[in-house]
Amino acid sequence: MTLSPHDEPAAPMAMATATRQRWMAALARAPRARLEAAWAALADPPAVTLLRPPEIGSAMVRGRTGGTGPRFNLGEVTLTRCSVSLPAVGGAPLIGHGYVAGRDRRHAELAACFDALLQDPARHATLDATLVTPLTEAQAAARRQAQAAASASRVDFFTLVRGE
Amino acid sequence: MYVAVKGGEAAIDAAHRQMAAARRGDPAVPPLTVAQIRAQMGFAVARVMAEGALYDPDLAALALKQAWGDVAEAIFLLRAYRTTLPRLAASEPVDTAHMVVRRRVSAAFKDLPGGQVLGPTFDYTHRLLDFALAAEGQASEAAPAAPDDGRAPDAPMPRVADILGGEGLIEPETAPADEATAPVPDLTRDPLTYPADRATRLQALARGDEGFLLSLAYSTQRGHGGTHPFAGEIRVGEVAVEIVPEDLGFPVVIGDITVCECQMINQFTGSRTAPPQFTRGYGLTLGYNERKAMAMALVDRALRHRELDEAATAPAQDEEFVLSHADVVEASGFVQHLKLPHYVDFQAELDLVRRLRRAAAEGVSHDAPEGAPEDAPHNTSAETTP
Repeated sequence: MTLSPHDEPAAPMAMATATRQRWMAALARAPRARLEAAWAALADPPAVTLLRPPEIGSAMVRGRTGGTGPRFNLGEVTLTRCSVSLPAVGGAPLIGHGYVAGRDRRHAELAACFDALLQDPARHATLDATLVTPLTEAQAAARRQAQAAASASRVDFFTLVRGE
Repeated sequence: MYVAVKGGEAAIDAAHRQMAAARRGDPAVPPLTVAQIRAQMGFAVARVMAEGALYDPDLAALALKQAWGDVAEAIFLLRAYRTTLPRLAASEPVDTAHMVVRRRVSAAFKDLPGGQVLGPTFDYTHRLLDFALAAEGQASEAAPAAPDDGRAPDAPMPRVADILGGEGLIEPETAPADEATAPVPDLTRDPLTYPADRATRLQALARGDEGFLLSLAYSTQRGHGGTHPFAGEIRVGEVAVEIVPEDLGFPVVIGDITVCECQMINQFTGSRTAPPQFTRGYGLTLGYNERKAMAMALVDRALRHRELDEAATAPAQDEEFVLSHADVVEASGFVQHLKLPHYVDFQAELDLVRRLRRAAAEGVSHDAPEGAPEDAPHNTSAETTP
């Protein structure tokens, strides 16, 4: 499947994938302290089973020649991953994955835990409203702020006509 | 030849303790924290990440601290650490059109869609030492912000090359249709072989030594393989990194990294197969490394002489010369290994020189014996070509 995050989701299945992509991105970009606080605030925190304990490795970052051409390997980025299982809801256990740039094991573990919890229909709406949406908005605001700061140095160059 | 020696453990240990003491310096001066280096030595951190070929600002800052500010040594430390990491994934290609742009300039177009944004730069400064920075404890001035320009945060900023491409005036760069199944060559897995394809060259240049590439790029400007470049566009900012985990099967964002991209636009008069149009050289670096990205784009273009039917006359166009010598860890290692004990080697050469002198004194005519060092400088093609 080659769904780009910039594509509009079409089918209901694609919609579900896009929803999960949205929360996984928000969790990966979140400050760890924010996730820690959200976990501590859970009224009934579930028992977490580590399927794959947090593991530090790397991802090879790729670019495209000229921005749009064939792929090439640019260099790596540190990456920590973790997979957890939470007690069954409606028969099947909730499996969550965390993939977070950097070397913060706890961040990857918390991202995996919330990825699992967000798949629980009973918890999804609350978690989305209290965690995912505020994180997404804060991250968008930070991007807007960065662009606004950059815009202060937007220039207009004038070319002078010579010989007239 | 380097022959292993034994002994000297106590001396080596003492030398390393002296290095640690020298690195710390005057104990009355507070030590630098890694966070301070990361924030306040940003360009050094970016260079270590780019040439270390590993994006991790904390580790790059730590490497700089450990290396006492020696950038090449810090790059070596980061490379060595990288080899300990399992490769968990390869990313989807980063989309620089969707970059959160902090800087974007074009020397070719004055009025380009999206505008020119200078961002944080040393350009247009007077290069006068700022003694105010030597005064400690002063409050820093906050950067001014312009009002929100209303652009959606994820709105793409068109690349200059794509704008020219609309008119067919510049060679297109399109991804092959079958790329999902095609492997991407990787220097960290497979040794460099020649001729190298462009993907391999770009990887080698992206992790290559900035100083070496800068000098080569400069040489192309001075006429050694000139390509008449314009800085079509330079942009710096953050791009999302996405991977497709095996256990999910769809792309997920793992975070954002800073990259610097340079598109050089070069004159091209056409060939048997291509019409006159602009051609492109491409530079992309992990971190904000603008000088490096520009040099990379110039050298990338110079190395494309084969596909563009150009005469290869200059060092910057010699793929084997450029790629074999661009890596700072390899170059630094091979040059610096000369200071390690070569006692047996030197004894052999000493013996040879004594025998030659004896033979010369006795008036015996001779040819150079086998094994004589061949240190005569090789004529370069540039020297022999009229």
